Amino acid sequence: MIHSLFLINHTGDIILEKHWKSVIGRSVCDYFFEAKEKAVDPEDVPPVLQTPHHYLISIYKGKLFFLSVIQTEVPPLFVIEFLHRVADTIQDYFGECSEGVIKDNVVTVYELLEEMLDNGFPLATESNVLKEMIRPPTILRSVVNTLTGTPVFAEIQGVIEACVRLTGMPDLTLSFMNPRLLDDVSFHPCVRFKRWESEHVLSFIPPDGNFTLMNYHSRGHPVYVKQSISFFETGPSGRLDITIGPKQTMGKTVESLKVTIHMPKTVLNANLTASQGNYTYDLATKVLVWDIGKLNTQKLPNLRGSLSTQVGAPKPEDNPTLNIDLKIQQMAISGLKVSRLDMYGEKYKPFKGVKYLTKAGKFQVRT
Amino acid sequence: MSSSSAFNDEKGGSSSVGEPEYGHDPASGGIFSSDYKRHDDLKEMLDSNKDSLKLEAMKRIVAMIARGKNASDLFPAVVKNVACKNIEVKKLVYVYLVRYAEEQQDLALLSISTFQRGLKDPNQLIRASALRVLSSIRVTIIVPIMMLAIKEAASDMSPYVRKTAAHAIPKLYSLDPEQKDQLIEVIEKLLADKTTLVAGSVVMAFEEVCPERIDLIHKNYRKLCNLLIDVEEWGQVVIINMLTRYARTQFLNPNMNESLLEEGSGGDKTFYGSDEDEDDDEEEKDKKEEAHAMAKRKPYVMDPDHRLLLRNTKPLLQSRNAAVVMAVAQLYFHLAPKAEVGVIAKALVRLLRSHSEVQYVVLQNVATMTIKRRGMFEPYLKSFYIRSTDPTQIKVLKLEVLTNLANETNISTILREFQTYIKSMDKDFVAATIQAIGRCATNIGEVRDTCLNGLVQLLSNRDELVVAESVVVIKKLLQMQPEKHSDIIKHMAKLTDNIQVPMARASILWLIGEYCEHVPKIAPDVLRKMAKSFTNEEDIVKLQIINLAAKLYLTNSKQTKLLTQYVLNLAKYDQNYDIRDRARFIRQLIVPTEKSGALSKYAKKLFLALKPAPVLESPFKDRDHFQLGSLSHLLNAKAGGYQELPDWPEAAPDPSVRNVEVPEWTKCSSREKRKEKKVEKPFYSDSEGESGPTESADSESDSASGSESGSGSEESGSGSESEESEEGSESEEEEEEEDEDEKDKKKKKKQELKKPVQESESEQSSEEERKHQRKMKQCKSDTESESEEEDSESESSHSESEDSESEVEVKKKKKAAESKPPSKPVKKESKKEKKEMSLLDLDDFEPTPSPQVTPVNTFLSNSLVTDLEGLSLSDAVLSPATIAPSSALKSYELLHRITGEGLSVEYCFSRQPFSPDANMVAVQMQFTNNATSETKNLHMEDVKLQSGMRVKEFPEIELLPAGETATAVMGIDFCDSTQAANFQLCTHTRKFFVSIQPPVGELMRPVFLTENEFKKEQGQLMGMNEITEKLTLDVKCRNEHAIVQRVTTAANLSRVPCGSDKECRFAGRTVNSSSLVLVTVATKEEGAAQLTVNCEKMVIGTMLVKDILLALTQ
Repeated sequence: MIHSLFLINHTGDIILEKHWKSVIGRSVCDYFFEAKEKAVDPEDVPPVLQTPHHYLISIYKGKLFFLSVIQTEVPPLFVIEFLHRVADTIQDYFGECSEGVIKDNVVTVYELLEEMLDNGFPLATESNVLKEMIRPPTILRSVVNTLTGTPVFAEIQGVIEACVRLTGMPDLTLSFMNPRLLDDVSFHPCVRFKRWESEHVLSFIPPDGNFTLMNYHSRGHPVYVKQSISFFETGPSGRLDITIGPKQTMGKTVESLKVTIHMPKTVLNANLTASQGNYTYDLATKVLVWDIGKLNTQKLPNLRGSLSTQVGAPKPEDNPTLNIDLKIQQMAISGLKVSRLDMYGEKYKPFKGVKYLTKAGKFQVRT
Repeated sequence: MSSSSAFNDEKGGSSSVGEPEYGHDPASGGIFSSDYKRHDDLKEMLDSNKDSLKLEAMKRIVAMIARGKNASDLFPAVVKNVACKNIEVKKLVYVYLVRYAEEQQDLALLSISTFQRGLKDPNQLIRASALRVLSSIRVTIIVPIMMLAIKEAASDMSPYVRKTAAHAIPKLYSLDPEQKDQLIEVIEKLLADKTTLVAGSVVMAFEEVCPERIDLIHKNYRKLCNLLIDVEEWGQVVIINMLTRYARTQFLNPNMNESLLEEGSGGDKTFYGSDEDEDDDEEEKDKKEEAHAMAKRKPYVMDPDHRLLLRNTKPLLQSRNAAVVMAVAQLYFHLAPKAEVGVIAKALVRLLRSHSEVQYVVLQNVATMTIKRRGMFEPYLKSFYIRSTDPTQIKVLKLEVLTNLANETNISTILREFQTYIKSMDKDFVAATIQAIGRCATNIGEVRDTCLNGLVQLLSNRDELVVAESVVVIKKLLQMQPEKHSDIIKHMAKLTDNIQVPMARASILWLIGEYCEHVPKIAPDVLRKMAKSFTNEEDIVKLQIINLAAKLYLTNSKQTKLLTQYVLNLAKYDQNYDIRDRARFIRQLIVPTEKSGALSKYAKKLFLALKPAPVLESPFKDRDHFQLGSLSHLLNAKAGGYQELPDWPEAAPDPSVRNVEVPEWTKCSSREKRKEKKVEKPFYSDSEGESGPTESADSESDSASGSESGSGSEESGSGSESEESEEGSESEEEEEEEDEDEKDKKKKKKQELKKPVQESESEQSSEEERKHQRKMKQCKSDTESESEEEDSESESSHSESEDSESEVEVKKKKKAAESKPPSKPVKKESKKEKKEMSLLDLDDFEPTPSPQVTPVNTFLSNSLVTDLEGLSLSDAVLSPATIAPSSALKSYELLHRITGEGLSVEYCFSRQPFSPDANMVAVQMQFTNNATSETKNLHMEDVKLQSGMRVKEFPEIELLPAGETATAVMGIDFCDSTQAANFQLCTHTRKFFVSIQPPVGELMRPVFLTENEFKKEQGQLMGMNEITEKLTLDVKCRNEHAIVQRVTTAANLSRVPCGSDKECRFAGRTVNSSSLVLVTVATKEEGAAQLTVNCEKMVIGTMLVKDILLALTQ
């Protein structure tokens, strides 16, 4: 299955290599570097590459490429999923998955990789199992909601992340006030599928520590940030006017509000005034970032001003899209509410807690 | 190579800055003397007797390996420490050994004895890691040692060690393929293993060593299907992929009859429509013809094992692991009947929200699927809309999917979406969008003109690439109907002045040449311009200029003769030989000389022949001959080690190869066969041979309990679903415990602890006694508990048979003991049932009446009579239970014991009239208090209903002591709909949200009709009120009793007497509106049958057809 793994940073240095079968020379990575050169963005590198003797399957995460070398038929998703699991494990062990952290803990990472695959086939990929074998260097349950969507198509994508520190074999049951909101779900393997199907409760014996209990997807909730955006251009300059207002936040404040706009290449500079927060315009990448912070409902934040474009260059064809990041504490925009959490099989009384949070993942507005 | 070495240098340099602790790293120093000194240092540390120093040294060495530096010269110093007591050091030494053993074979042998010792260690983890390292040392000399170690480990007590053994198999195989035969033996042994831990790994080994030995899977097929949900995720992927291939060799194509049936159905309907007017003779004749036709069609029956696979993989669509979801999706795509494939769409769409790499792979597969099964993804159209932040490769794939999904109804939405894409800054993507518009236009005639107009507008776009791409696409579109669009051609002719992209220029020239008759004035002028710039054009443009010249010469030689000569002369001296060739060839063809042969006469026909319009095809067309989800599919090329997905067999291979001694379903069917007095024994003979005792006992049991135990097993399956996983882990734990202790002691203990165990044991040991017991039970007519007991028995014998060990006696006991805990709850329930009966005898309502004893109510008696009529042929022992459809009452779980904090509630539709209100369906609830404390004030509250529905609450149960069971009856008026009734079940402390949803068959009550009445009523319920379906009866359900049994189980109907023995008729009325429900099952030869439902309420009719269909085919 998986023959070798190379960890490559974004400048193209190999920072770690691991072989599960016989050793494969680094030169195999040249094909990858070639593809990387061609790609405009690291994300544009094809995840699967074919070379004369090998297949290369890679993921890009934390500004690092995880490049695996394959020699025979294997489901590509199998490898991709595994590589993500490696990245997640590193994240879990060291708090982040970055070049620096891997370089600092190169021996532990190598040992982890040794345990995770045997002869190229996954052996132990659960972080609680791994932690029993390899010690990591050095309580609360949280529900996180991520909101995705464009006005064209709004959907809610959420996860329930769990942190469990309970001894013994506790059998937990988590029930929701409104399980019907959940449209489509996927579970951690510890969850009993059939209980969910029949009763819409999550019944499971949890592994120790942090893990993602469930991913879900629900539909039919309107986007709660209203945009009145007018963006127009005439002649060699343009004007921009963006206002953001709240909608349906149930009295909770919208925090860490940030608007990112990828401007057309011809926009040279932006001369704007923000009624709230700061804006920056990166001349090289043509990215306009407007950091608003807390949303003031009394006086809606507004950003307006003129844009100067290249003289003589034609007017950009398309209006740029806006990406909006935000966070709402104490509320899950999906409306999902945890009803109760029960424990069976153990005598002691556990500490329970729940935290709701809304974050915009990819919230895009077409102008 | 050069670049990689450059990276090395760079790396060395950076590491000295970035990592101070490795400051003296050999590569960073670059001076050889210091290099050696450095390693001396490490050697010294390794030789010291302080573990901390050793550990430090090993860490540095492993860090070197990780960064791709050579540390092989340290081998002797490291290998000395292989027996080190410190576990941390030991682990790192192992890591080093695995990496360098192949290069230092002789020295590596020094360490072997340590591992051999490790293999005998009492600690399972040490045994496993010793085997892991030993098998990873790629030294040919130790092959025999490895072989021995693997064989031993394969029968190790610890499942973890056995798993390691499975992993070692492919390692040894790649080291020495000669060992294949011996390794297959080990694989065969491990395949029989029953632990989930081993299953994935051994199937992996099977796939790498002997994927062609599909015969090894037969006996383990059912076990693998059943274990699947509890196997770790990576193993699931491998097993599912393998089973997909297996199923393709063993089962029949579930979609094979589809087209044929569609053809035939029209004729059949007319036949059945006029059916009542015809007399019996004619009917029979027609039936014969029908049967003949059906025989030709080879009616399709899905193998129960095929169904098992589909059923057991379905929940895994909800796995968090994308690879598992994809594996199930491809399994459904390749194996499921068309109607069932749809379930995978939602799961795949969910994966689109995952990492972009996952999206990339999933979209490739979705693109292939959308070509074959477009409808499946249509509801998710918007999920494939493109975001501006998507990487280009994802955008292009989404575009592909959107194009495949386009049809008449959604094309306008899709085109609007495409319009926004054209404005994108990503030009590759814009080009792909234009291509996609072209494809939509060719595929959907209605929008061709709209698309063409849109594309023509794009011709005035500022971006040349956009224009060029549009030209190419327009060219293809125009070819379909050139005569209408001469103005577009003219417009394009003008573009030749501006457009520089060669492909676009070539396309325009070809268009003008091809349709020069539509633009007679412009064409020569274009040629003139082109002749002028000929020498500066790209090759493909030059070729098209020659073509244009040739075509004009043939149609309009007067104006273009000289121009053509000029162009041909230029081409004659071109640098490119293709162009020179083309010029020479064309000159011979078109310019008549005395030498020119017969061909020139036909020049016009050759050049101006009508050319077929190009078909714009998806690049994903026909990719599904590769197994979906595979690397080969993604690359559209066969990858090394890819196993072809075989075509479905013409005729199914013998299904009995999968029989493992006495699987329960085989028993049932053979029992039925016996009752029918058909001799079909040879088919099942293998299983019967081994199960002699069981069979003889069963022969007395009746068909009712027989077929019931078929459905009953499913029931108990769903009933104890939540416990399934627990069971799995339990038995595993047990095994592990056993590993550590002596087996026998444990077993004895267990047997002492659990009475039922002894019972079943005695059952197995003395058949005589058992026979007797059975008879007794039958007299008690406790069919319910009986069938359940059979379940548990067959379970035990099932697992037993999987065992390849020879010590049958010992194992038998052990297995019996093991299979007991799972079946225990079931038993309890059945006991409860008994108790509850006695309780309820005093009550007004009859619960689960036992057939002979209970006085049946009027409705039932009707069916009883009719059933008896039909039963006149069967022998006395069989009849009593057969006529008791009500004994098969299915109970549903309302509240699970865990959710209910000890309180569990089950309900069933008792099929009794609900006396307080005739419009209500009686629901009988059974409360069991499993908690340690008593429950008080059980009542219901907060009933939430759809409009029109009503509920009569059950009387409050004041006290339910711990361990006790109580029953209550409530009435629900469902308004003849299958809407659920939601309410809260309250105790003195807690409230539980519960809901009751009725199967459609419970929404009616039986009525008695005579044959004539039936026909008359049926005559009035024709047309829209009649639904007819063809079906193939399940193997176990080919006789009248079985059909009656199954239909009455599925729906609360009574039998209508009927003259023909080929037809079973049933009648009933819906509870609320008293609409008549008439069901007819007409049987034909070889299990073919036709189901007709007449009902005024079409929704009820449709749903009923589905339910009965399911009951008769499974």
